[in-house]
Amino acid sequence: MVLGFTLLLLFPMGLALYMSFTDWPLLGDHKFIGLDNYQHILSDSLFWKVLTNTVYFTVGLVPLNIILALLLALLLSKNLRGIGLFRTAIFVPVMTSLIVWSIVWKYMFATDSGLINQLLMVFNIKGPAWLYDTDLAMPAVIVTSVLKNVGLNMVLFIAALQQVPRSLYEAATLDGAGKTKSFFNVTLPMITPTVFLTVVMTVIGSLKVFGQIFVMTQGGPSNSTKVLVYYIWEKAFKLFQLGYASSLAFVLFFVVLVLTLVQWQLRKRWVFNESDA
Amino acid sequence: MKATHNGSIRRSLGTVGTYATLSVISLIMIIPFLWMISTSFKEPQKIFTYPPQLIPTTFRFENYADVFKLIPFEWFYFNSVYIAFLVVGGTVFFASLAGYAFARIPFAGRNFVFLILLSAMMIPHEVTAIPMFLFMRELGWIDTHLPLILLPIFGAGGVFGIFVMRQFFITIPKELEEAAMIDGCNRFRIYGQIMIPIAKPGLATLTIFTFVTNWNEFFDPLIFINTRNLMTLPLGLSLFTDEVGTAWHHLMSATVMATVPLLIIFFLAQRQFIEGVAMTGLKE
Repeated sequence: MVLGFTLLLLFPMGLALYMSFTDWPLLGDHKFIGLDNYQHILSDSLFWKVLTNTVYFTVGLVPLNIILALLLALLLSKNLRGIGLFRTAIFVPVMTSLIVWSIVWKYMFATDSGLINQLLMVFNIKGPAWLYDTDLAMPAVIVTSVLKNVGLNMVLFIAALQQVPRSLYEAATLDGAGKTKSFFNVTLPMITPTVFLTVVMTVIGSLKVFGQIFVMTQGGPSNSTKVLVYYIWEKAFKLFQLGYASSLAFVLFFVVLVLTLVQWQLRKRWVFNESDA
Repeated sequence: MKATHNGSIRRSLGTVGTYATLSVISLIMIIPFLWMISTSFKEPQKIFTYPPQLIPTTFRFENYADVFKLIPFEWFYFNSVYIAFLVVGGTVFFASLAGYAFARIPFAGRNFVFLILLSAMMIPHEVTAIPMFLFMRELGWIDTHLPLILLPIFGAGGVFGIFVMRQFFITIPKELEEAAMIDGCNRFRIYGQIMIPIAKPGLATLTIFTFVTNWNEFFDPLIFINTRNLMTLPLGLSLFTDEVGTAWHHLMSATVMATVPLLIIFFLAQRQFIEGVAMTGLKE
């Protein structure tokens, strides 16, 4: 069984690596071309556009997501009446299919029949064509994605906040620390492992964004939302350039790998561990 | 006296602020769903009205019936349900067995194999999808449900399952097993009659996780399935947006039908679910 798992995960990985050195069409023979695909990537202007878009998406999404999730967790870990209702409301999009969520938001952003522009019209503002504007399409997709997933990070933060010992807050209050001060001196240092985990997972997740792009913009307008995985999918399963797509996929793999390793190293510097105390 | 009075005013102002912030954000989360439900009952010519109507003047229930005429919606639904059922069953069964083995049965190279499995979990799905596509084509499994059922069970989802189950089994005291062994139980009876009942919270978490991931899976159906009647809900609905992109009232009826059952299940099981997520501290 273990062998099966290893085969199903590692064998395709090896084959993918080999494919990335070939010219591999869907039909007909493939031929080994060495590093040509990778050289081609470097001079492929669309690749650089796609990479920039992916970074744009990640840089836009991660801080928004983490800060909003932490803020919500702080508010929702208070013992207030009806808190379960709010938790449910914010967590429901996590449960919903990403595709369904994206379809509904595509409709919200629609130029004529979308709710957002209809609301703007009430204030006599003519709303833009959100998803057909090269400057607005990506921010629209980012907002949609943050709202979809913020609940997941929020739940992780709630769990982390509950594990901070009460005695530390009491000690901080005795030392005369206010709410803000005890947040930065007690809460934040104590939950750094969770912050670390959520940041790493959210960054990696953002680099692999696909579904919401597929539904909302199909990479457009004029490639302004075309991201790496969308490009890989297009090359492999629409144009059937399987070799080139494999080498693009390996670029993604290395970016994910390097980011994970770097963050793992940095973790030692800024993540609070109880054993160090 | 005055100080405490000020304090309580500030505290209740804080509470009001909290409620206000939470209400605004919750509203942003909920309004798309309300708007979706509202549109699903609207007549096509009433979709663009000014000012926006949340409650339609007339309810057009035909929108729902029309969905079944326009797309094989019942097939999308059936495919999603039965695939999720098999994938969840298979994953829980194999992952709990393997997780138990990794937690309790000492065998040569156990830690090494486990490490390889964990590192394999890190491989982006998109990298192995291309060779997997060729592999499935060799087997003649393109445009069948087999890849959608087998890949999640034995791929990254299965590895995640093994990892979760191993963590649960490791926390169970060894003495329990040793006592059972003295009573003459074999490994499989220990697994089935002692370990599984204790690991119920772990199994529940894994079930929910696998279900949600599988129910929402989009990339695999997109590359493996071409025939309409074989599509799952996310794929079927996403392609529907292209073809009848402007028929929002139909599209919204379909998404209501795709979403509402899930929301009901979630509402009933939300406590376990949110705790399960927090407990494992892991995302897909």
